[in-house]
Amino acid sequence: MENSKEVTIEQLQMQIDELKNKITQLENSRKDQLAIAVVSGDMDKVLAAMVISIAAAAMDTQVKLFFSFWSLSALRDPKKNPKGKDFISKMFGMMLPKGKDKLKLSNMNMCGMGPLMIKMLMKKQNVMSLDQMFKEAGELGIEITVCEMSMGLMGFKKEEMIDYPNLRFAGAATFVADAGESAMQLFI
Amino acid sequence: MTTEELKSVAIAKSVDARGTACPGPLLEAKKAIGTISAGDVMEILSADEGTKVDIPKWCGKQGHEYLGTLEENGYFKVYMKKK
Repeated sequence: MENSKEVTIEQLQMQIDELKNKITQLENSRKDQLAIAVVSGDMDKVLAAMVISIAAAAMDTQVKLFFSFWSLSALRDPKKNPKGKDFISKMFGMMLPKGKDKLKLSNMNMCGMGPLMIKMLMKKQNVMSLDQMFKEAGELGIEITVCEMSMGLMGFKKEEMIDYPNLRFAGAATFVADAGESAMQLFI
Repeated sequence: MTTEELKSVAIAKSVDARGTACPGPLLEAKKAIGTISAGDVMEILSADEGTKVDIPKWCGKQGHEYLGTLEENGYFKVYMKKK
């Protein structure tokens, strides 16, 4: 009996150490953080991403957005005209929406009538505009990372991106790392 | 809290978020919560139906105490006590 007790204490110590390690791992992997991969460039989808982000940030959840592919159009500043683009980049630049105000709807776009109507309704019902949402997001400390690869693919330049606090430029591994430590991950 | 209690509760701050839709009222509430002390009661006015469900969720997460909602003509008064 005496013998078995000593073994138990040792084992307990080991088990406690093991548990401590596991808890540290778990705590690091489930931070109160939201990571969203924003891939769509439709007005409604970018809106959804921003509304969810702002609500999360208002609830003191850290928010990290990763903008990639079509969503990059939303980050273009219409007032900026970067020089030195090649022919295809210029073409892409012309064909894609220049800024968040020019985004299309994923449904009922109707050659631009849809977005106009939605914007009218949003104003009437006091929903923040995308412009206001990005401003609030910046003030709330929502982090935006721009996907370098898609920026290169579409021929966008860093100089034509909006002025946003701490806009980061990085690759997919950054999103994977951010998502890995977040309790919530979304793909929009 | 009962309706009568809510009507007579002492308010440290009133946030009028009737001019904004979701997630505006929550955002206004978050901005205002820093200006009051622990134990103070805050009132949030909102015309957005979602607010009366969202504010209790926010309180639950942050540890504040949700006291209740009063329905006025065309808007809501949501009451909460800061942790």
